[in-house]
Amino acid sequence: MSVSQMTRPKITIGFIPLLDCAAIVAAVENGFATLEGIDIALVRETSWANIRDRLIVGHFDAAHLLGPMAVASSLGVGHLRVPMVAPFALGLGGNAITVSLGLWEQMQREGAKLGGNPRMQGTALSRVVGRRASAGEAPLTFGMVYPFSCHNYELRYWLAAVGIDPDRNVRLVVIPPPYLADAMRAGQIDGFCVGEPWNSVAVDAGIGTIVTTTTAIWPQSPEKVLGCRESWAQKNPQRLDALIRALYRASLWCADCANHADLAHMLAAARYIGAPAELLHAALANELSLAPGAAPALQPAFFVPGGRDATFPWISHALWFYSQMVRWRQIEPLPEHLAAVQNTYRPDIYRRALARVVRDTVASDTKIETFFDETVFDPARMTPP
Amino acid sequence: MSEPSLRILLVDQNADRASILEDGLREAGCTDITVVREMHSLLRRIVDADPDVIFIDLENPNRDVLEQMFQVSRSVRRPIAMFVDQADTEQIRAAVESGVGAYVVDGLHKERVKTILDTAVSHFHTFNRLRDELERANQQLEERKVIERAKGILMKERSLNEAEAYAALRRAAMNENRRIADVARSVVSAAQLLK
Repeated sequence: MSVSQMTRPKITIGFIPLLDCAAIVAAVENGFATLEGIDIALVRETSWANIRDRLIVGHFDAAHLLGPMAVASSLGVGHLRVPMVAPFALGLGGNAITVSLGLWEQMQREGAKLGGNPRMQGTALSRVVGRRASAGEAPLTFGMVYPFSCHNYELRYWLAAVGIDPDRNVRLVVIPPPYLADAMRAGQIDGFCVGEPWNSVAVDAGIGTIVTTTTAIWPQSPEKVLGCRESWAQKNPQRLDALIRALYRASLWCADCANHADLAHMLAAARYIGAPAELLHAALANELSLAPGAAPALQPAFFVPGGRDATFPWISHALWFYSQMVRWRQIEPLPEHLAAVQNTYRPDIYRRALARVVRDTVASDTKIETFFDETVFDPARMTPP
Repeated sequence: MSEPSLRILLVDQNADRASILEDGLREAGCTDITVVREMHSLLRRIVDADPDVIFIDLENPNRDVLEQMFQVSRSVRRPIAMFVDQADTEQIRAAVESGVGAYVVDGLHKERVKTILDTAVSHFHTFNRLRDELERANQQLEERKVIERAKGILMKERSLNEAEAYAALRRAAMNENRRIADVARSVVSAAQLLK
């Protein structure tokens, strides 16, 4: 071991086996971290609650984190209030909504079509939900991965936009991604919203049909972030900047189609995602088989793992998550919340770390978000409650 | 001791660890303990047990399931993650390091809960130590076996006696800065290749 190796600062990062841990894994496997003079130790975790707790107590310096979890921690909703920062986004999109073959058959009778838009699919689902209610049948059950997750909010947004009350007309339950397909096979759930490869796993197993990607519901929608304690970020600015540069370069490598075969193979290893490389490759190529036996269909900009626009931590994303926490009554709004939310997503750190790497860095901290139902989320119009 | 015993629910897929903790909690005076190993119908079990305190092992991916049940279910009294109202993270650290997650129903007397959490943490540590010891014992046994096989190979191939064979292994280990068991493994796999 050389002296430089011995003194290289170590950063311990926790991750969950999902496609969007790609940049973190590639930063280690392809030497981007070494080039920046840092040594990353990766720890695979089994639950988001563990990621949160181990970040809080300092087992992890940083983590692959659900964007809304970083905001929830800064607000102290659902758990201890520990200010977090999210200075880097780990890509855009990558989620989809899958339903059981039985529910898909009912939806088709109400007008749903394979590859149809979220409005068409949602309207059909809404008719199924109404029919079941008037027949006195049990409400449909949908799985998602965590209460403070984009999956939960995207699923709820879509349901509500087509007239289904996610708290009254259906049941929502949390199930860890690797168990979703089994739960669907066992009839415990009728649908779910999750990141890849877990939708494709259900289709591949012949038990589910993908009804929509969430990028069709919200184009350029955010997902995971790199999260760390605010106190760690303050104490270790150089390490954090080096980590962000390593992740940025790794994300560019991940976004290059020429590397997708290598990346899929890398992620397929049991110590990372532990899913078939072909499924991971298809998701990286934005080609999903929507139904068992169906030919892969291109989903434009389904998952964007890297590049300037996919890694920028937009404060408007954090504000939208907060708006959904309030909308779905996870938190009572307070005037002081807005500052806590805005201080969680940190484009200033992103710009500082990448000043010499990204030439035309984004000047604004927020942008206007537009959804499939033409609703516009304008953070400038968000006023303290 | 006029206070009624707290109702405790233990969610653990590892039967050995669950019984170690259950015994420890009983010794500490808890009599009302429910152990859940099966994850299906978890909500039903929680409703039936109506616990004051819930423990779950951190290797369990269903921890996220449990947390969401507390958030949404109207049929469960809302337990919250432990020490939510305290800035002190020492006890969370102790719990996480031992591998246990703890939830308590709001409003319980802190000192009572603290004693129970300490019991859980110390018994998770006991289990970890037993597991480590078992692993070490298995490893030692395996190493002793492989050294015996390597000695046998050297005795046969190089006409050495047992002491000479062991000395040869030890010399190689010292020269190459490796452990004797690792050298022995190389000898055994080389012999298998040459078979």
